Amino acid sequence: MNGVIAGISYRALLGRRRIWLLVLLPAVLLALAVLLRVIGADGERATVELMRTFAIGIMLPLLGLIAGTGVIAPEIDDGTVIHLLAKPISRPVIAQTKFLVAASVVALFATVPTFLAAYLLIGLESGVASGFALAALVGGVAYAAVFMLLGVITRHAVTIGIAYAVIWEGLVGNLVPGARRFSVQQWAQTVADQVSSSFFLSTEIALGFAATALLVVTVGAVAWAGLRLRSFSLTGDE
Amino acid sequence: MNIELAQVSRWYGNVVAVNDVTMTIGPGVTGLLGPNGAGKSTLLHMMAGFLAPSGGTVTLDGTRIWQNHEIYRSIGLVPEREAVYGFLTGWQFVLSSARLHRLPNPDDAARKALAMVEMESAKDRRIETYSKGMRQRVKVAAALVHDPQVLLLDEPFNGMDPRQRLHLMELIREMGTAGKTILFSSHILEEVERVAQQIEVLVAGRHAASGDFREIRRRMTDRPHLFRVRSSDDRRLASALIADASSGSVSLTEAGLEVRAVDFRRFTWLLPRVARDAGVRVWQVSPADEDLESVFSYLINRSG
Repeated sequence: MNGVIAGISYRALLGRRRIWLLVLLPAVLLALAVLLRVIGADGERATVELMRTFAIGIMLPLLGLIAGTGVIAPEIDDGTVIHLLAKPISRPVIAQTKFLVAASVVALFATVPTFLAAYLLIGLESGVASGFALAALVGGVAYAAVFMLLGVITRHAVTIGIAYAVIWEGLVGNLVPGARRFSVQQWAQTVADQVSSSFFLSTEIALGFAATALLVVTVGAVAWAGLRLRSFSLTGDE
Repeated sequence: MNIELAQVSRWYGNVVAVNDVTMTIGPGVTGLLGPNGAGKSTLLHMMAGFLAPSGGTVTLDGTRIWQNHEIYRSIGLVPEREAVYGFLTGWQFVLSSARLHRLPNPDDAARKALAMVEMESAKDRRIETYSKGMRQRVKVAAALVHDPQVLLLDEPFNGMDPRQRLHLMELIREMGTAGKTILFSSHILEEVERVAQQIEVLVAGRHAASGDFREIRRRMTDRPHLFRVRSSDDRRLASALIADASSGSVSLTEAGLEVRAVDFRRFTWLLPRVARDAGVRVWQVSPADEDLESVFSYLINRSG
């Protein structure tokens, strides 16, 4: 962790227009919660559905994508990252710092609104709010790591990230039973299921597997990003 | 400190960008000269630890540069791309550089570096409001903040106005005199000549020539020159010129005579005398191949 790099990264990520992207999705989630409440569809079932499909299914991967790629991809694109890399600081430390910035931003922008939205609908009933808040936290951190790695290894991180979130996590992960074992969302829901006693939430992955997978993916992605940064190359315009 | 390149090559797929280059960059100012696309940036990136050589070794006083972040204690790098964090002020940018180097007194170091490039007055403005030349200077300040022994600059004079250019040239010369190892790339001979004691010429990825600027000048002058001559009697002048060994070939064209002079100095001495003796009035003498590209291509053909 390097304070100077973290400071610059927070400013780059939260300054300007990008913060509106980060605010937009949580705002939609809260608006949906308010809407459900107003129309009276604020039962536990609807809450779990909203959490599962929107908070964890849509908002979380997109926030992870914005923050994860946002901490590094634009700098690699325009060459400003050289300012950080041409310093006597080990590249894995730079990757870890970038990850912590992305993870903290996702944690803040995903966990708090998730908890609030569920709380707004059913209070603390069946532990749905705290369960999904925890799921958003661990899932968001994993997404931040994966998408930061993507930002380091490819210039098309956003495109690939969206394709991954929609096709793999959205379709395959939901429809193909076997693929569920390899989906960040499913792991996150397993964690939610553990905390929540809600009858409407059921997952089929063992907690041990989900927790290990989340840890391995997060740590692995950050370590890999550090390795890739060690070999960061400037291929000139010539 | 010395940067040593031993039989360094770099290729991208089938394209060879740098081909078997061996050179040592020592203290003082070295200019890396070559036309655009010669591989200057590729070579500089390898010296700066931002590209792995495909073959050969690049070392700093015997230490490998690639994948070794410790070298940045000794190296300062001014990349060619002008992008810098636009939302930071010049002061914040240079100070961040000092802090990333963990200098004992970052504020002092940043102040000193900004003074060196004469950017004190604009230091509190955001970098996005700077002109190209100012960005270049603030980048130089950030690269100098830890007082590195080695400074690498990629096309540093691009986009600077003449006054800023002179100032940076002076700064580079001073640091070279102080015993630092400085390398900068450029495609403009005059620029290199004014600053560098040592010049390395790179053409089409190959190390085409090496020497001080007098040596390079001489080698660039001592080559067959093509002149176009117009006179009152081209035919008569042609026969007088062909008699002397300094003119390799003489051809008569519609636009006048084309003379390939193998001995530049003798030819320039000879032409007016021959013309006078033959009673021919010379109207125009113009070099037909004086552009840098042809000079470079001559050098590469000779070294190849």
